[in-house]
Amino acid sequence: MYKKNNTLLLYSIIYFAFLYIPVMLLPIFSFNDAIHMVFPLKGFTFKWYDQMIHSSRLHKALMNSIKVGLVASVFSTFIALLAAKAFTRYKVRFHQLSYGAILLPFVIPEIIIAVALIVIWTGMGFQLGLVPVTISHILFCTPFCLLILISRMEGFDKNLEEAAMDLGENAWGTFWRVTFPLVLPAVIASLLLSFVISFDEFILAFFLSSSDQTLPMYMWGQMRFPKKLPHVLALGAVIIVVTSLLVIISYWLRNLGNPSGKKSKIGGI
Amino acid sequence: MDDKNFIKINNLSKNFDDVVAVDNVNINIGKGEFFSLLGPSGCGKTTLLRILAGFEYPSEGSVSIDGSDVTDIPANLRPTNMVFQNYAIFPHINVKRNIEFGLRKEKISAEEVNQRVSEALKMVKLEGYENRFSNQLSGGQRQRVALARALVKRPKVLLLDEPLGALDKKLREEMQIELRNLQRSVGITFVFVTHDQEEAMTMSDRVAVMNQGKILQVSPPRELYDFPVNLFVGDFIGDINLLNSEISNIDGKNVKVLINGIGEYTIQAHTIINQNDTIVTGIRPKSINISSNDNKKSDIQVKGKITNTSFYGNLTYVYVSIEGVDKALMLSTAESLQGLSINSDCYLNINLKDIRVIKKNDP
Repeated sequence: MYKKNNTLLLYSIIYFAFLYIPVMLLPIFSFNDAIHMVFPLKGFTFKWYDQMIHSSRLHKALMNSIKVGLVASVFSTFIALLAAKAFTRYKVRFHQLSYGAILLPFVIPEIIIAVALIVIWTGMGFQLGLVPVTISHILFCTPFCLLILISRMEGFDKNLEEAAMDLGENAWGTFWRVTFPLVLPAVIASLLLSFVISFDEFILAFFLSSSDQTLPMYMWGQMRFPKKLPHVLALGAVIIVVTSLLVIISYWLRNLGNPSGKKSKIGGI
Repeated sequence: MDDKNFIKINNLSKNFDDVVAVDNVNINIGKGEFFSLLGPSGCGKTTLLRILAGFEYPSEGSVSIDGSDVTDIPANLRPTNMVFQNYAIFPHINVKRNIEFGLRKEKISAEEVNQRVSEALKMVKLEGYENRFSNQLSGGQRQRVALARALVKRPKVLLLDEPLGALDKKLREEMQIELRNLQRSVGITFVFVTHDQEEAMTMSDRVAVMNQGKILQVSPPRELYDFPVNLFVGDFIGDINLLNSEISNIDGKNVKVLINGIGEYTIQAHTIINQNDTIVTGIRPKSINISSNDNKKSDIQVKGKITNTSFYGNLTYVYVSIEGVDKALMLSTAESLQGLSINSDCYLNINLKDIRVIKKNDP
């Protein structure tokens, strides 16, 4: 018999409180009728949300972030899908080395990547802007996508692909009729997750975007003006809800239709 | 090309790095034959099958099917189809779409596709299961889907990789008969891989016994059982009593051997025995007769003592120890053991024609 361990329970409660209470303050103060983030709360208002909706600079930053996020997620998922296929299905030369090289952006500090890219990009005579931001996001998101897709590709029976070949399909037909439908949940999860990563990425965008602000940069810019703070809180609250939903959906999709019924071992990011 | 050489496997070898999986194999398989590759796990039988399917390319040698060389033809362009060990039913599409999967590349009308799918379903007795998915089927049903999916392509050769391994005993025995009947009715050449000697024996026209990448013997089941070409085959196929023996003299096919615990006899060998071969003698359990007295009706009588009996319904296995032999001899009898029980003295009656001189080394 296990005894109930109250110490561990307490630890868990403190852990989650520490993790989520500061985040929860954002939505709370976003409805507070005051400029400063201090208790006690004044009164309930939607005016910060109203301000948020009517800020044209915010809209531009949001559109920039969405554009970058869409392109980055599609490209990094595509690259990762090809890499995952290669790593799980073929004898890749320098397997460990190339796998490690793709995952390296995980551990390289973003600021190093940012500095390196800014030097190369401007050195080649190109303008800073959303294009280098997107490229850097692809670089940064690909390892996440690769891990998601590899776990799915490894999880399904390779005989299924051989069966498709045996029944007359060539490599291309096998991929589209068997492999792709079976990894589709992971592909969608990879798209969502890389979109979210790109969407709230700050350092790379800060270095490489020049005057084309992304949403995190816009928020950072607004923080300097106390009067602008509340509508950033409102924006923050919306982002928390939307990204949480995306991550939950991606996690759910990743395990959906997993033939083994086992949950993926690598958790949500 | 004639019907006896429908599949020709010539000098085929396959190496994986340093490991020789298939070692210089030569086999001809006839049209419409039910041919089994039998051997212990790791003997290369599955690799050989995968080479026939086109999933592996041989390191050396060639394969031809129906007169054309397919050695370099990839799996999707070969006139072969495979039933996988785990069936490999596509989990994202239903039974009907699984079965018609391979027909898309064949330029036939939708009506013909439907007709062929329903024929195939009928053949494997799965009518009404069109809309089920793999996870809604039992192991036996999945296997039928895999069969239908392969047969609907009307292959020249059907390859089966231990398809009955995952089924329970009763279902396996049913499927053995069903598969055999199916093969007879469609007339397609079956190449069947198994490690289960009983399965190979009951179903096949001919069996190739493999070990360590080599083909040891290719024979009809009966011949394999009665005339094993070496010790491995004799031991692998069915039960056999093996007695240490030495060659005293060779005169053509007649070999004079000193059989440990039994005596010196001249036996007609079924393979060519040379003076420097090391041999054992083998006697099948069904060829030893047991009696309580010395009735002198057989060529050899040996006195022994019953150490154990086990009852299998239609047969009883009796273990008899004889002087000078470490391991008790096993015999099977369909009759009741009148007056004989454990520790009884008894006589074993053996005829010379039932004793096999078996080489220990490769043929």
